[in-house]
Amino acid sequence: MNGFKPGQRVRVRAEWPERHGPVHIRTPHYVRGREGEIAAFLGVFPNPEDLAFDRPAPPLPLYHVRFRPEALWPAPVSGTEILVEIFAPWLIPL
Amino acid sequence: MAHTPLSAAERALLDTTPPRALFAALKKVLMEKGLIAPEEIPAQIALTERASPLIGAQVVARAWTDPAFRAALLSAPARAVEAFGVSLAGAPPLGILENRPGRHHLVVCTLCSCYPRALLGYPPFWYKSAAYRARAVRDPRGLLAEWGTVLPPETEIVVVDSTADYRWMVLPERPAGTEGWDEARLAGLVRVSDLVGMTVPALPG
Repeated sequence: MNGFKPGQRVRVRAEWPERHGPVHIRTPHYVRGREGEIAAFLGVFPNPEDLAFDRPAPPLPLYHVRFRPEALWPAPVSGTEILVEIFAPWLIPL
Repeated sequence: MAHTPLSAAERALLDTTPPRALFAALKKVLMEKGLIAPEEIPAQIALTERASPLIGAQVVARAWTDPAFRAALLSAPARAVEAFGVSLAGAPPLGILENRPGRHHLVVCTLCSCYPRALLGYPPFWYKSAAYRARAVRDPRGLLAEWGTVLPPETEIVVVDSTADYRWMVLPERPAGTEGWDEARLAGLVRVSDLVGMTVPALPG
């Protein structure tokens, strides 16, 4: 699971588990299905999607993922980038 | 944060129950489940109320005047801040975002209101607003300009969306014209909006 390296291109999973039942998700809607690159490995933390429901929460690698505004918005603002903390299971290597 | 929609009955109950009764009920459940001890709530409130943007300003002023502290703050933020005398006990990991010429940081939590409370206290009201959270990621340059923060067009704005376990504070650039100032005077320049990246420290007037 912890195989990503800084600079590696990734896509965030275009999944919407909230459509199917109660969830607690830290991956914002606006980055799902979008491409970015690994900026940094931030450490390993218990999965908040389990913690919120008092389930056993396996530790997961957390990454800072960098997105260019062109990858996110129809009318991107130049000279900006967005860094988002995303857990490894949400990331697909490209 | 994605939650299931409340049923109409749950929503009606929430809307009509006094906040104090809701808090008491929540506290009772948390204690019965053994998730918190009675003394933890007042202790956590006291910790947050003790923190204020002044602490962040003092950390920044030290970083501006002491290169060894600055290096320590950037390489191991929590350790450096605790050595400075700020307790981060029980707080999430701290990240410091170093503004440099050509690179400015703006902190937001699009999901809720994650904020380095152990260091800065309660977030300002605008930080939690839906408008700030939406616009910070969508049009950061326009948002900053509305606050009078007009950065050179070649300056890259890095928006840091605090979505998970870290809490982020901006280390602003020291303004020109403050040569020879002592730490206390420098700390007096730093506002809470500078520590989030909505503004940059500037000389008064």
